[in-house]
Amino acid sequence: MTAYALVSDKQFIADKCLLHRRHVVKMVRLTNSGHIGGSFSATELLSTLYYSFLKHDPQNPKWDGRDYFIYSKGHISPLAYSILADCGYFPKAELATFRKLGTRLQGHPDRNKLPGIEASTGPLGEGFSMALGLALAQRVDRKPNHVWAITGDGEHQEGEVWEAIMAAGNFKTDNLTIILDYNKKQNTCEVNKVMCLEPIADKYRSFGWNVIEIDGHDIGQIMDAYRKALAFKGKPTVIVAHTVKGKGVSIFEQEASGFHGAPPNDAEFAKAMAELGPAKEPDFF
Amino acid sequence: MGGPSKGTGIATREAYGEELAKLGEENKDIIVLDADLSTSTKTAVFGKKFPDRFFDMGIAEQNMIGVAAGISFTGKTVFASSFAMFASGRPWEQIRNAVCHNNANVKIVATHGGISVGEDGASHQALEDIAIMRAIPKMKVINPADGAATRKIIREVASDFGPTYVRLSRPKFPILYDDSYSFKIGRGNLLDDGSDCAIIAIGYEVNESLKAAEMLKAEGISVRVIDMASIKPLDSGLVLKAARECGCIVTAEEHSIIGGLGGAVAECVSAGYPVPVVRVGVKDVFGESGDFLSLLEKFGLTAPHIANAVRAAIKMKA
Repeated sequence: MTAYALVSDKQFIADKCLLHRRHVVKMVRLTNSGHIGGSFSATELLSTLYYSFLKHDPQNPKWDGRDYFIYSKGHISPLAYSILADCGYFPKAELATFRKLGTRLQGHPDRNKLPGIEASTGPLGEGFSMALGLALAQRVDRKPNHVWAITGDGEHQEGEVWEAIMAAGNFKTDNLTIILDYNKKQNTCEVNKVMCLEPIADKYRSFGWNVIEIDGHDIGQIMDAYRKALAFKGKPTVIVAHTVKGKGVSIFEQEASGFHGAPPNDAEFAKAMAELGPAKEPDFF
Repeated sequence: MGGPSKGTGIATREAYGEELAKLGEENKDIIVLDADLSTSTKTAVFGKKFPDRFFDMGIAEQNMIGVAAGISFTGKTVFASSFAMFASGRPWEQIRNAVCHNNANVKIVATHGGISVGEDGASHQALEDIAIMRAIPKMKVINPADGAATRKIIREVASDFGPTYVRLSRPKFPILYDDSYSFKIGRGNLLDDGSDCAIIAIGYEVNESLKAAEMLKAEGISVRVIDMASIKPLDSGLVLKAARECGCIVTAEEHSIIGGLGGAVAECVSAGYPVPVVRVGVKDVFGESGDFLSLLEKFGLTAPHIANAVRAAIKMKA
């Protein structure tokens, strides 16, 4: 079995990010629901992971040698689906069915419906615990497979997240890397206005974690952080990725919630697509 | 209250601990989690034998359930235990979403169910767990009646795929069964045949129901007694047969009368063959401190109360 061919070309990944942002806006527009802001803040983080680091095989999603990736912030499903389709897990045309009746592309990822989804997530905090469970299972089986998960900043207000952070530190699961998409905004408004997380890096450190802080839109920094996370032994790693919610489209970035969960209207859609500009390869429709 | 007919056995949680350790030897894919109660839930027996496959997740049940789901995704069978209150109530949403919606192969084995936790009082007495577990799609709900039944049930549950909630108890239970007991998910067990009324019971209440049937026999009332350890899936065939042949049903459980075994039986009967159903259980109140047997008396869960319910049910027959 051969894994998906990984690349280290930053321009290749940047081009893919543009493609995925266009897809996300179109999917949300088409079904008139879904989460753009958090998808945009995580686009470089996840594109770099899937195209450059994650051991996976879209032709054989249950490949025994695969790394696991968990969408603990499951609401960024449009980004997840765009990436998975582009990798070859399912036909790109299916992206047009996002959130529609009968689709495999549920509002939040469903492992029993869609290949490439390791855990059904969405309820915040749960993916974090499930990722920890996967990491502990690899330890029991003495397997080298790495477990990755992306989590949101607002998600860290869930008590379960802190239970999991404490447990991962306690068990020293160095085969677990958590990517914190720190876009500073949540459903209502700025995270710090709702429930401040700071000092988040120090909190993780005090719970026994290796902490790496980066600009979550700088592909070079992301690659460097992923390399360091994979090499680090003795502690789980959290990558505190400073990001911008709605990154790449001014009206999304400026909106109070970072365009969290609302669909764009006609004008917003036109402006977003114009600002993003044409992709180097055709969109899914 | 009279003593049990076959003597005092062991607590269902003790039988669980012993059987789980045996299963651990036979199946290397069994992983066990606990939340700092392993000496009480008896998962410590497994933990001592297989420290590499046992994780004490600390007093953090929500994370424990999510971790259990994650481990199961690699093909393992995960048992997660705590007291029924904290195994079912605290992490309900994780059980619903991380376990059941994922269709994860996680077995939540909850000990100290009902008022059996006794002296710890209302805050620790799970009287709603069957109702809230039963309401979740894909979840199976099982409540054994004694130690021998628990052994067979744990073995059956371990070999079955999918989310399951097993409710166990704290005190020693009377011996009801020997090793010839066999259990199948979705099947009840006819213990005593009769035609005037059927008592459908779970857990400790099976003993009280048998005593009630004995008391009623002296009055010339013929009572059928069924152990419905498999609350979900319910043995609807056996329930409807009882409805048809006896014309009325009494349910008995150490649980709220809302949504538990009584609810399940009433739902089944109302849809399939409507007859009077009288539910014996805790009547929508919290428990309180006391020893188990005193609490059974206080909350109306002993044989004389069940016998009264049978008399009332028979009167309601048209």
